[in-house]
Formats: sequence, C-alpha cells, structure tokens
Amino acid sequence: MAQTQTHFELFELPVSFDIDLKGLSQRYRELQRVVHPDKFVNASDHERRLSVENAATINEAYQILKAPQRRARYMLELQSVSFDDETDMALDPAFLMEQIELREALAELSQNEDPLMSLNQLMSDIKKRISVVLAEIADLLALGQLDDEQKTSVKQRIHKMQFLNKLQEEAEYQEENLLDVI
Amino acid sequence: MALLQISEPGQSTNPHEHRLAAGIDLGTTNSLIASVKSGLAETLPDEKGENSLPSVVRYTASEIVVGTDAKSAAAEDPLNTISSVKRYMGRGLSDIKELGGRRPYEFVDADSAVPRIHTVAGDVSPVEVSAEILKSLKLRAEASLGDNLTGVVITVPAYFDDAQRQATKDAGKLAGLNVLRLLNEPTAAAVAYGLDKEAEGIIAVYDLGGGTFDISILRLNKGVFEVMATAGDTALGGDDFDYVIAKWIMNEANIQDDASHHQMRRLMRDACSAKETLSNFDSAEINIELDDGSKWNGSLTLENFNQLIAPLIQKTLLPCRRALRDAGVDASEVQSVVMVGGSTRVPDVRNKVADFFEQQPLTDINPDTVVAMGAAIQADILVGNKADSDLLLLDIIPLSLGLETMGGLVEKVIPRNTTIPVARAQDFTTFKDGQTAMSIHVLQGERELVSDCRSLGRFALHEIPPMVAGAARIRVTFQVDADGLLSVSAREETSGVESSIEVKPSYGLTDNEIENMLRDSIEHAEGDVGARMLREQQVEAERVLEALEAALADDGDLLDADERSEVDLAAEKLSALSKSTELRAIKDAIAEVDKVAATFVARRMDGNIKKALAGHNVNEF
Repeated sequence: MAQTQTHFELFELPVSFDIDLKGLSQRYRELQRVVHPDKFVNASDHERRLSVENAATINEAYQILKAPQRRARYMLELQSVSFDDETDMALDPAFLMEQIELREALAELSQNEDPLMSLNQLMSDIKKRISVVLAEIADLLALGQLDDEQKTSVKQRIHKMQFLNKLQEEAEYQEENLLDVI
Repeated sequence: MALLQISEPGQSTNPHEHRLAAGIDLGTTNSLIASVKSGLAETLPDEKGENSLPSVVRYTASEIVVGTDAKSAAAEDPLNTISSVKRYMGRGLSDIKELGGRRPYEFVDADSAVPRIHTVAGDVSPVEVSAEILKSLKLRAEASLGDNLTGVVITVPAYFDDAQRQATKDAGKLAGLNVLRLLNEPTAAAVAYGLDKEAEGIIAVYDLGGGTFDISILRLNKGVFEVMATAGDTALGGDDFDYVIAKWIMNEANIQDDASHHQMRRLMRDACSAKETLSNFDSAEINIELDDGSKWNGSLTLENFNQLIAPLIQKTLLPCRRALRDAGVDASEVQSVVMVGGSTRVPDVRNKVADFFEQQPLTDINPDTVVAMGAAIQADILVGNKADSDLLLLDIIPLSLGLETMGGLVEKVIPRNTTIPVARAQDFTTFKDGQTAMSIHVLQGERELVSDCRSLGRFALHEIPPMVAGAARIRVTFQVDADGLLSVSAREETSGVESSIEVKPSYGLTDNEIENMLRDSIEHAEGDVGARMLREQQVEAERVLEALEAALADDGDLLDADERSEVDLAAEKLSALSKSTELRAIKDAIAEVDKVAATFVARRMDGNIKKALAGHNVNEF
C-alpha cells in the first residue's frame, strides 16, 4: 500500500467528520478479506510479512476513522496540525476547575449513602459532557479547511475529550470495584 | 470401491491435494482433537472410542502416561501425576492456587520465572507437561487419519496474556506440531456455532471451563466473525467449584490442613463428583475415607452448593458487564448467548447468565466439543483445503500492552480489545544529559502502576549518542501478530541504533531452550535430527514453489518479461535443488525466490486491495 495514501483514500471515502459508519465497516471487512494473515498461511515469508503489515495498517486506519475523537485528531493532522507537544495547550480555567470538581466527586464516592447511584449520575454527567464537546468538534470540522483559530479551537476540544475519557475510565474502574464488593 | 481419480493433462494435482489439519482444545481438565472430514468437523476418538482425553500426565520411572490411566492413578501417586497444568502455563509460583495452605506438587526453582515440578522422572516444566498431552493427541489423530498432520490450530482462553500464549505455542512446537494459529476458545466456539446455525448479528459466548473463564462479544456478518470485546479470568473455573466443595467437606468432616496428599486428592475427586451429581439432582451424598481409615458421610444440597458458588458466579458477571460496555452494546442487543465449557452445566450458572443477559442462554450445543470443532474448521481453511471459504476471523487482544515510564507508571501503547494484527509506535526520549542507554520494560494489564500489571519482559537500547536530556527520539514499536503474540523493537531515530525482542524471557522459554528440548526428544524417538531438518526444508521448498506457481498463474501479467524471467530462474534453481540433500543450498534458494519475487508479491497484494473495493458498486455499500 502506498505510504502517502490517507485513511480516507484507503477506504475510498470522502474526507468528512460525518462519516458513513456502516459503509466504513463494510469496506473494512472487504479489505481484510484480501489481506488478512489467515489468507497467507501457506505463502512465502515475505508475503506473510506483507500481509501482517497491510492488515495492521487497515486495522489502524479503521480504528482511527471509526472513533470520533481519533477521527477528529486525524483530520486535523491532515491539515498539518501537529500533536507532538501536548504541553502548549492552554485550557480555559473554568474547564479545569470542573475537572478537579468531578475528580473530587469521584474520589469521595464511597462516603455517599448510595455510592453506586451517585456514580451512575456522575457517569451519565461525564457522558453528556463528552457528547457536547463532540458536537462542537463536528460543527467546526464541517467547515472544511480551517483557519488557525479554528484549528486551535478543535485541538483544545480534543484535549478536553482526553480529560473526559480518562475520567470516564476511572469512573468505570470505580464501578467495578463497587460491584465487586457487593 | 471409490473410482480412481485422474487429473487433466498438464495440471498439477497439488493444489487440490487434501492436507491433514486438526483443531486442538487444550483444556484444563480435558483435551480434544478434531478434524474436518468430508466437509464436516468431528472430534477424533481414541482406540477405545473416547473423545475427550483427561489433561493428566503421570510420570513414572520408566514411562509417561497421559489421559484416563494417569487420572485414575492421581490419588495413589499424587506427586507424580500432574493435572490442571494449564493453570501453571506462563505463570510464576505466586499465581498458583493452594489447598489447605499447600501446593499440590513439589515445585523446584521456586524463585524462577519458570517453576518446575519435581517427579520421579526428573523435573518438568508446565510447557513440557502440556507437550505430553499434545503429543498424545497428535498420535491419536495420525492413527485415526492415517497420515502426518500438516498443521494444527490450538485454542487458548481469550483472556490468556502474552506469556500464557507463548507458553502454549512453545508446548505445540515441543510436541512436534506445526502450529498454524493460536485461536481464542470463545471465537472457536462462535465459528462452530455460527456456521452450524447460520447466525448473523451480535452473539455472546460465555465460556466457563475447568480453570478459565472467558466472555466474548462478537458480530457475525456474512462469514466474518468480528470479536468486539473480550473479558475474563484465567484463574476461575469448575476447579474452583471443586475447591469450595472440598473446603466445605474439610470443615464438616474436621479434616485438618496437614492431611496427606492422598487425602487431598481424594477430597478433590469426591468434590468434583458431588458437583456433577448436583447438575442433575437436588442433593449429593459424599462418603470420604479419612487418613485414619475411618469414614465420613455427609450430604450437600443444591441450595447449599448454590450458596457456596454464588461469589464465583458473581465473579464471572463483572467481566460480562465490562465486555458489553467495551463492545458498546446493550444486553438487549445480544441475539444469542452461547454456553461453552463443562462448567456451564451447573444449573445456577445458567440461571445467573439468563438473568444477566435477560434471555435464556443456548445450551443445545455440546459445550465440551464445540471449541475443538471450531478450531478444526479454522485449521482446515488455514492449511489451504478450502480456498474459496468466506470465513474470516478478526480477533483482538484481551489486555492492554504498555511500557514503564518514569515513576513506576505504565504508558499504554495498545489498549485492550484492539483488533489484531496491530502495529503501533510511540516516541520516548532520554531523561538525563548524555544518557546512552534506555531500559525498556514491557507490561500487560489495565492498571496505571507497574506493580499492578504483568511484566512481559525487559530489554535495553544501547549506544544512544550522548545528547542533552529530551533531545533523543526513541521510537518503540509494538507489533502483535495474528496469534496475539507481541514483539517489540526500539530505534533511536537520529542515529538509527536499533534493538528488538520477541517478548518471552520472563515466563517463556528461549528458542534455544525449545530447540534443545526438541533435539533431546527427537534423539530419543528417531535418532536423526539432521534427516528431520532436511525433510522440513524440502517440504518448505515444495510449498514455496507451489504458492509461487499458483500466484503466477493468476497474476503473472503484473510482471514484465525481464522480471518474469528473473523469478522463473530462481524458481527453477530451487526446483532443481528441492529434492537434493543440501540443506543449506535449499535454504538459500528459498531465500532467493523470496527476494526476487518481493516486488511481484507487493504488486499483487496492492492489486487485490484495489479490487476488493472496486468489485462492488456504490449501491452495495
């Protein structure tokens, strides 16, 4: 496969955040049918290596296009935005304050009367926040080629998503702990 | 009498030659081997008509006994009779379950990563014990099918980590098997079930075996089996039901922790049969012979049993929950729940699973044989007997893979439930000015702290040119193949210094160790390593030529005349050598064919990728 090919080109889909998920997964399956290592068990070493590489590339491209946050980040990268240095991101203080509060709420859960119910509320709260940020990202990316200000705007929101995802993971872990005790 | 077959003139019979392949379910309690015969997968019985082989190996001074005979000797010869060895695969001693505060066998090298079990026939590793079980199945299959096996698929619990998978593959190699693929047990079950019922949509496979538990959520779509998420516990199974019953008996019969090994083995045996009785009856009578010769009689009711195992069943439901969430589906979206593994015969397991998934689980398939049958179907396809098959398995890694970073924290490189094969790179940098080496510690698990994850291996990247802290760019690449096995490489980008490992040192065996063991066992058996290696290369040469011929017949037009003659020349050279006894020359000729055909192979695959999408018009998608 050509190294210069974008993930959208690989799946022969238009560059768009609003992606046809059903079409994407159908195309993914068709591609894996021809490259998957299971089809090359009796082939030469070189062919087997190539099959593993291609299957891995197609898997990775599929995962990136399928997940909204990774898709958004990838679309920015196609517009030459670099994510190398994460420290240059200045997030607004209000958001960071909220994050601290949410984390505290999570840490203090066990002291609540019904920790599981509080946790459920907290988790649905996190989910809502994620969908709000995601909708904002979708609106911005729908503009096509972005100017610098818009790019920074999307990048900030992707950064926010990272915070929220991390929080969600932590909440899920807490939930398992709580259920395990019961 | 069957009619003799005559092929068309000029056409090789090779591509249609039926190769013998088998699927092996290497279980904690029982193992099976199955093969596809006339289009149908069936388990292969031993000469007595028994399909399942107890996974028990007994070592005596003169011989190694595997299966039923070994199992019946377990109580009289507990220390030389190894059962449930799957629980020790890729594990250190700290992971091994104890009854009454004691280990069931005499372990030596207790501090080493690969503990060995002391027997009258010498010290044996879990990999060697498993290899004995595999050898026994191999002999059975070859006797039943009438020829050597070309390749096998061995199943492993989906939740097996890298060390456990590697140990299983090593056991296969040690048994002299060509392991085509390691296949996850629930995926194998899904294949057998899905093809049989022509199922489509989302299914859950709940697999509770003798010593391991897996839950997998799959999407079935026109022959493609896509594993969406998997979760489980590699140290939870029917054995644990036996343990809680045994503990209950010890308590009731006032048996102390220092009772004899024989007593403990009898206890486990009686606990297991009580459990089996309770699958069909409301109570089980237990008669125990005590060390002092007296007897204890008691009765375990179903209700009491249900209470004893309730926490264990609960431990399976948490992974079910996590798997559903990771798959992003709701219990109501699951079309059917397939029950696999002997322990799903326990009535309360079925009840609790029905409650959780809000539907009756399917129990009409044989939970003992379905995994081996699925593996046989996959093996038949992989070996090349069904070129036009639609079947494709897209599996995932069960646990996240990562690296140790500053402060004992784990940086995840590949998250759990990522589809394999996968390759992913991450960049790191140096911590100190002038740092010339970097230690790379590979871990598997979900938690943030190194101490909470399983260490898979360590290696070092040396000769990094001295630079200021943070200036070096070290790219670490993780690659997981279709067996779910990881290899890691590291490269300093500015200087090109490279280092890599196959991740196996912590718990596995090195390739040298396997080769030596193999050499030993062959020397005992056949006495001629050289002949075997030569035969292997000759077969490999035939395989390469056959694959090339088929590829050229299909897509020869991708090469211009010069390229074609170069490929033909290398192929002719290999063909001429392939029957010779020059091991080295055959190897070199194979490598040469590989080299000159590289461009052709790459063009061919690119062409197929383009065709895969072009073959369909837009409306189809």
